Amino acid sequence: MATAALQMLTANRLVDGDVVYWRAGGWVQTFGEADVFAVQADADGALEAAKKFVTGNVVVNPYLFDVRDDAGDITPVKEREIVRALGPSVREDLGKQATGLGPPSARWRYRPPQGGGERDDDVSI
Amino acid sequence: MYRYDEFDAAFVKERVEQFRYQVERRLSGELNEDQFKPLRLMNGLYLQLHAYMLRIAVPYGTLSAKQLRMLAHIARKYDKGYGHFTTRQNLQFNWPKLKDVPDILADLATVEMHAIQTSGNCIRNVTADQFAGATDEEIEDPRPLAEIIRQWSSLHPEFVFLARKFKIAVGASLHDRAALKYHDMAVEIVKNEAGETGYRVWAGGGMGRTPYLAHLMRDFVRREDILAYLEAVLRVYNQDSRRDNIHKQRIKILINAIGPEEMRRRVAREFEEIKAAGTLQLPAAELARIAAYFAPPKFEKLSDEMPDGDADFESWTKTNVHRHRAPGYAIATISLKPIGGVPGDCSHQQLDALADLLDRYAMAEIRVSHEQNLVLPHVRKKDLPAIFARLKELGLATPNAGLVTDIICCPGLDYCDLANARSIPVAQKIAERFADLDRQHDIGELKIKISGCINACGHHHAGHIGILGVDKKGVEYYQLQLGGSAAEDASIGEIMGPGFGEHEIVDAVERVIKAYTLLRINGERFLDTYRRVGMEPFKNMAYLDQLHAAY
Repeated sequence: MATAALQMLTANRLVDGDVVYWRAGGWVQTFGEADVFAVQADADGALEAAKKFVTGNVVVNPYLFDVRDDAGDITPVKEREIVRALGPSVREDLGKQATGLGPPSARWRYRPPQGGGERDDDVSI
Repeated sequence: MYRYDEFDAAFVKERVEQFRYQVERRLSGELNEDQFKPLRLMNGLYLQLHAYMLRIAVPYGTLSAKQLRMLAHIARKYDKGYGHFTTRQNLQFNWPKLKDVPDILADLATVEMHAIQTSGNCIRNVTADQFAGATDEEIEDPRPLAEIIRQWSSLHPEFVFLARKFKIAVGASLHDRAALKYHDMAVEIVKNEAGETGYRVWAGGGMGRTPYLAHLMRDFVRREDILAYLEAVLRVYNQDSRRDNIHKQRIKILINAIGPEEMRRRVAREFEEIKAAGTLQLPAAELARIAAYFAPPKFEKLSDEMPDGDADFESWTKTNVHRHRAPGYAIATISLKPIGGVPGDCSHQQLDALADLLDRYAMAEIRVSHEQNLVLPHVRKKDLPAIFARLKELGLATPNAGLVTDIICCPGLDYCDLANARSIPVAQKIAERFADLDRQHDIGELKIKISGCINACGHHHAGHIGILGVDKKGVEYYQLQLGGSAAEDASIGEIMGPGFGEHEIVDAVERVIKAYTLLRINGERFLDTYRRVGMEPFKNMAYLDQLHAAY
């Protein structure tokens, strides 16, 4: 059963743009090793702490994103973060998935839309 | 093709060194990201989902063998072995490291290339018909004028900080292959009733959130006045456009707010002032000097017969080989849309091999099309079988130019920081669904264009079938649009209705195409049938029994 309001913290590394994740006051390259925040104050605290790495020119653009716990499998809520954590879905030889830094679970990848593909009439923008 | 003079070479070299210094300052912490970002964008460097992205300008889509080899070298040495050709006829590298970018730009400068004005609120890379100088349909080669516009617009002091980006295209054929009406400004080379060659100018076209087709600004501008007239349009835009709302700052919004007549009046006033000042006249000698760089190769007297080949060769020539202005020659389109591949991607091995092909068959250059294909503009017909055989070895002989699997597609959420949905997998699945060549030929000309967000880099508004990816609570959905065209019969596609899920979109496209095959008469193209019968029958077929659920 999925739970709500879980978050993780990510950024891009300045020198090469690589995707990094927050863990215990520093940065790791692997989604699976990163901290998961269940308490908003903890997530906000990490984001605040991350700012010193911005001023220190280690990373750019740190931000929090939502994840869900699918029976112990932590996965991002949005496709965007799934793609960032793995690499391009059309080139499995590229990105973290190609270097063993991507999440190991097969279930993790590009799951079908929630709700069984029910058509929605509110997608026009 | 155009060659840098000493001023061009010095300017680009200096710009590389300036950027090298700014990168050093950024990495040392002397500049923060807010201070550095405008500097990197001015040099074509973005930060995307996985890494930085460097967009390299390919003026009017023309590349030499030497430049192809340099792009292959950069892909190998600094990137991940491939580049991506874009709908602006440019090339993007998706994985450069910030620390390497100055070296990449230095390497590019050695072959007269750069990334200046490929980003930011300035005049972007000038595009042109990819058949320029080779087709018998054109009044004259549009690239000399495109080059003159490039020079005029490079670091133009009045236009380096526009309200928004500004895109210019140049065409010279009745058949528009440059999407002229979808540009901020377009120049069409025309003849007047007296038989004089001059320029028809359009402005206010564009895609994105609010698509518009361009309005005619002036039916005939004399050759010597063209830069004065273009400057007048830009000046009115720069002075009068909004700067308070990023979604309303393109010239299309200004023109449609004040009306095309008022825009023409304001431009005419500026034009007269510029002319009266006597500046910005384009001397015939200068036009001739630039045109000389684009002089066609000396064509041999050859038989105009098409050589025989096997069924694969016949199939390729049917779609990918086009009539040339000189007997015995042809224009060949190299599809970058292999079935199941990534539209527009080209590996370093392919880039190198194409350079060898240019050398071997005495072709000076290759072109990039806005449809993300490559074009060999001057091929001896007798060489076509050998060229085809080599392309086949390289995986570049897909016989689908203009067919349903020749899909324009932006990088989408697989790479792009702005995207809401992935577009490449949708293109791949559609191509796989329609891979059967007989089926493709039965369907005929059909342009599918896919964008992963409303910014419309994949030109979905101009697709006969356009697909727009949207994000709905973190899940990808796809809107269908029908009836768009970027050609001389330009039109903006109409939104069909509610979006389809990722697992539904290919089936929906197939049903739309099925509707066309049932409805078409007298050899109509998809677009013709749509324009005759309208949206309703396509919509009914696309949604089937699910239509009720959508409302």
